[in-house]
Amino acid sequence: MSSILEVRGLRAAYGATRVLQGIDLDIADGEIVALLGANGAGKTTTLRALCQAMVSTEGSITLVGQRIDGRSTEQIAKLGVGHVPDGRGTFLGLTAEENLRLGAYARPSRAGAEADMERIYGYFPRLKERRAQQAGTLSGGEQQMLAIGRALMGKPKLLLLDEPSFGLAPLIVKDIFAIMRRINQEERVSILLVEQNAKLALDLADRAYLLETGRIVLSGPSNDIRRDDAVRRAYLGE
Amino acid sequence: MNAFLHQLLAGLASGGIYASVALALVMIYQATHHINFAQGEMAMFSTFIAWMLIQAGLPYWLAFIATVVLSFVLAAVVEFTVIRPMHDKPALSVVVVFIGLLVIFHSLAGWLFGYTIKQFPSPFPSDAWYGSAMMSAHEVGAIVVTLVVVVALFSFFRFTPLGLAMRAAAQNAASSRLVGINVGRMLMLGWGLAGAIGAVAGMMVAPVVFLDPHMMTGVLLYAFAGALIGGIDSPIGAVLGGFLVGVLENLIGTYVVGTELKLSVALVLIVGVLIVRPAGLLGRTVVTRV
Repeated sequence: MSSILEVRGLRAAYGATRVLQGIDLDIADGEIVALLGANGAGKTTTLRALCQAMVSTEGSITLVGQRIDGRSTEQIAKLGVGHVPDGRGTFLGLTAEENLRLGAYARPSRAGAEADMERIYGYFPRLKERRAQQAGTLSGGEQQMLAIGRALMGKPKLLLLDEPSFGLAPLIVKDIFAIMRRINQEERVSILLVEQNAKLALDLADRAYLLETGRIVLSGPSNDIRRDDAVRRAYLGE
Repeated sequence: MNAFLHQLLAGLASGGIYASVALALVMIYQATHHINFAQGEMAMFSTFIAWMLIQAGLPYWLAFIATVVLSFVLAAVVEFTVIRPMHDKPALSVVVVFIGLLVIFHSLAGWLFGYTIKQFPSPFPSDAWYGSAMMSAHEVGAIVVTLVVVVALFSFFRFTPLGLAMRAAAQNAASSRLVGINVGRMLMLGWGLAGAIGAVAGMMVAPVVFLDPHMMTGVLLYAFAGALIGGIDSPIGAVLGGFLVGVLENLIGTYVVGTELKLSVALVLIVGVLIVRPAGLLGRTVVTRV
């Protein structure tokens, strides 16, 4: 399997406060990888660092053989990184459909955008019902679907998901995670998933990394991670 | 009754000018949350460019288009060189920069073109409109031009991908970057558009008030009042507010306070709106959960 993302020695800081202490991370083509850790471990910061958004970084980030560290956030989006950010990043004053249309801004050409939008409505029929509605009036779950749909509209090679379960009812979370698996297979997109709910994440992901205070302390296939004693005590509550 | 109707229509004509300038103010406010105090002086400067081109022998509409394009470029350059470095500075510093721009454009116009009052041609015939005693052809023409600008602008923002990207950048810069929008470039475009709209307003008002470096001082105040009445974050509100202020200014000036005190109507409106309904008629009241 060829490599989609290769991260070496990534450090990241907000001003003088360093959050990531140098992490290595790999994602192969078609993989779903989970990034686990407690509050403040640096999960969201890792995703921001990959997009060079809001943090200063050192170290190398290679996307499909091309170095992307040092590039601007908007260039990275255009190179094929779809970011579903912390807080969902909804354009509250625009309609649901306009939010999706904005996602197409990242793709090299607009050809096929309409067909892709219909396919995204296929994954999330609720969005189609609410296409003309102001995005700010959508429920939390619908806004999460909208954020995922928006990122998919850019035809990304790699999808970064920041806490898709945050603040949502368990049933909706289950739906969204089931759809994530379909998207991974049908859209041929690799996924890096940041999640506090370790059980959910490990069920979906092929492999996982465990982050503690800015360092990777454990990594491996999901099944191995699930059996790790420390993980079971601290993150799975068993 | 006839006199009243005449005042009402004349108010609509000047209201169109205020609406354009108010729209330019709202565009920049929406994108950056700053009020461009130099908007009026930039429009005045643009009108001098048009005057210069016409003096040089260009036909009116050619000069008109050239001026709109040059004003777009000029405003975009101002954003890039002067405003962009200020983007993370405190609001008061930005206000000082705007005031500085106002003084610079004012003095530059005086230095380059002189302070003597100049006649500025109207593209429309000088006689009354179809023999009507109510409105001059220029007043009708100015209203039509304003409406064309407004409709073109709304269509641009509503129906084109670039217009959508500009709205997105104004609303949520962080999210816009994540979908690949170059936010800085959108701000520059927004400034350019505001400059171009101001130029149109300047060229429409100049035949009425005559051209000199002080031309836009009053207009800007009325435009402020219009933008505030409509709601400083609502483009439609700004246009309606602009027209409303034009009518109120004329009627109150004629029947209540007299022409000498007309400008104070704008100030009373500004203070009144800020006291009674700070969000304006169509503006959003921002509610924050704490």
